[in-house]
Amino acid sequence: MKNNMEALKENIVGSLNRFFTEVGNILLFTGQVIRQFFSAPFEFKELIRQGYYIGNKTLPLIAITGFIMGLVLTLQSRPVMVDFGAESLLPGMIAISIIREIGPVITALLCAGKISSGIGAELGAMKVTEQLDAMEVSGAKPLNYVVATRVMATTILVPILVFFADAIGLFGSFAALNMREDISLRLFFSQAFDSLSFADVIPATIKTVFFGFFIGLIGSYKGYTADRGTESVGLSANSAVVTASLVIFIIDLIAVQISELIYGF
Amino acid sequence: METVIEIKHLEKSFDQLAVLTDINLKLERGENLAILGKSGTGKSVLTKCIVRLVQADKGEILVLGNDILKMDDEQLNETRKKVGYLFQGGALYDSMTVRQNLEFQIRRTQMEKKKKELRELVEESLENVGLADAINKMPAELSGGMKKRIGLARTLILKPQIILYDEPTTGLDPVTSGEISELILQVQEKYNTSSIIITHDMKCAKMTANQLKIMKDGKFYAEGTFSQLSESDDQEVKAYFS
Repeated sequence: MKNNMEALKENIVGSLNRFFTEVGNILLFTGQVIRQFFSAPFEFKELIRQGYYIGNKTLPLIAITGFIMGLVLTLQSRPVMVDFGAESLLPGMIAISIIREIGPVITALLCAGKISSGIGAELGAMKVTEQLDAMEVSGAKPLNYVVATRVMATTILVPILVFFADAIGLFGSFAALNMREDISLRLFFSQAFDSLSFADVIPATIKTVFFGFFIGLIGSYKGYTADRGTESVGLSANSAVVTASLVIFIIDLIAVQISELIYGF
Repeated sequence: METVIEIKHLEKSFDQLAVLTDINLKLERGENLAILGKSGTGKSVLTKCIVRLVQADKGEILVLGNDILKMDDEQLNETRKKVGYLFQGGALYDSMTVRQNLEFQIRRTQMEKKKKELRELVEESLENVGLADAINKMPAELSGGMKKRIGLARTLILKPQIILYDEPTTGLDPVTSGEISELILQVQEKYNTSSIIITHDMKCAKMTANQLKIMKDGKFYAEGTFSQLSESDDQEVKAYFS
């Protein structure tokens, strides 16, 4: 019994030790990457290339998901709103839900699945085949060329993708509403935007910048620190998705608390 | 003779496993040193310590007179530009063509090069390794031997004073191995480089090295020229020449 307890204690201590070591390493890596944002040489061409890949490859997925998100949310909410005689509030309610919370979080989770895993696998493969080491030993600064450009690209692109998903989501909502009742596009958007204020848009936009930063950073960290061996490429990709998704929820939680403090909701 | 690399009492462990226990080494300018040893004896770890890809635990590593373990990032980068490293698989950047692989190296380390100058440097480097025709190919289209040659061209483009070869002939057929060994010699003659060659290939060691060292249990077990070691009575040493 005593031995079991000791083993359990050792297990817990070991897990906590690994967890805090990992958190410490991610923080150190974050510091190094941020420093590279401001160090020469600046790789604008690579930044544009990464931005194109990230945006172009994710856009169709975001569009389809955004449309379905708005459509389903409207179809599910409408009967309750009709019961309360508050159908006219539906466009506003959907707009607030999508722009404040659902759009950013769902898009960020999709990006974690698609972009973070992609970066994790790509950098993991580069690590395994010693390409990152080759850059390092020749003084080509892989952290600057490979990591900083990807993190910067996701930081810029994810907020843009969220805006896009929000817009498509609202169109999805309009489509759902238009199937059930006679409402014009102009009236729908007028009602939707009347309910929105800067207090809805600004915190949501700021948090998407953080989502983007951490999606790129965690994918890069997992790939950059991959072990040797092909198995670690898959593990890096998998671990990147799981960690990035978790971090998205943590950032969301913090963002809600801060918004509440500032705007009182 | 000028010493380009000097290692004193180098030690490196991974967790509880001691990989390098007491390494002492001197490499003179223009010298080719081959390091032999069974797999897992720490040969590659030693070369990675020299360029600080792996951080040594104890000891001194003087590269071109400066202790690499005490350098800051900028000094380390400057020193690394003078030390070429040929990886086992070539380590070509697989998203770039051969031309881009070579240009990248220059562009990232010597920003002031003009387009024409850059093109000439790339072409010269590829001609040095006999692969001028492969300039627009992707790494996936190249054979193992070609990848190593391009890797060497990419290393040479920075005109290094020292080159570290990590098993340059492993996985190649005997003819290609011979060609790579020949190339190592040509590079040394043309650029007066000093080299450390990690190898299992005795033919390569015989062709290229002035000095040989045999590693065992994290330290050098025997050293000498190829003919001295080949005549040794020690069974462990003999095993490499049988």
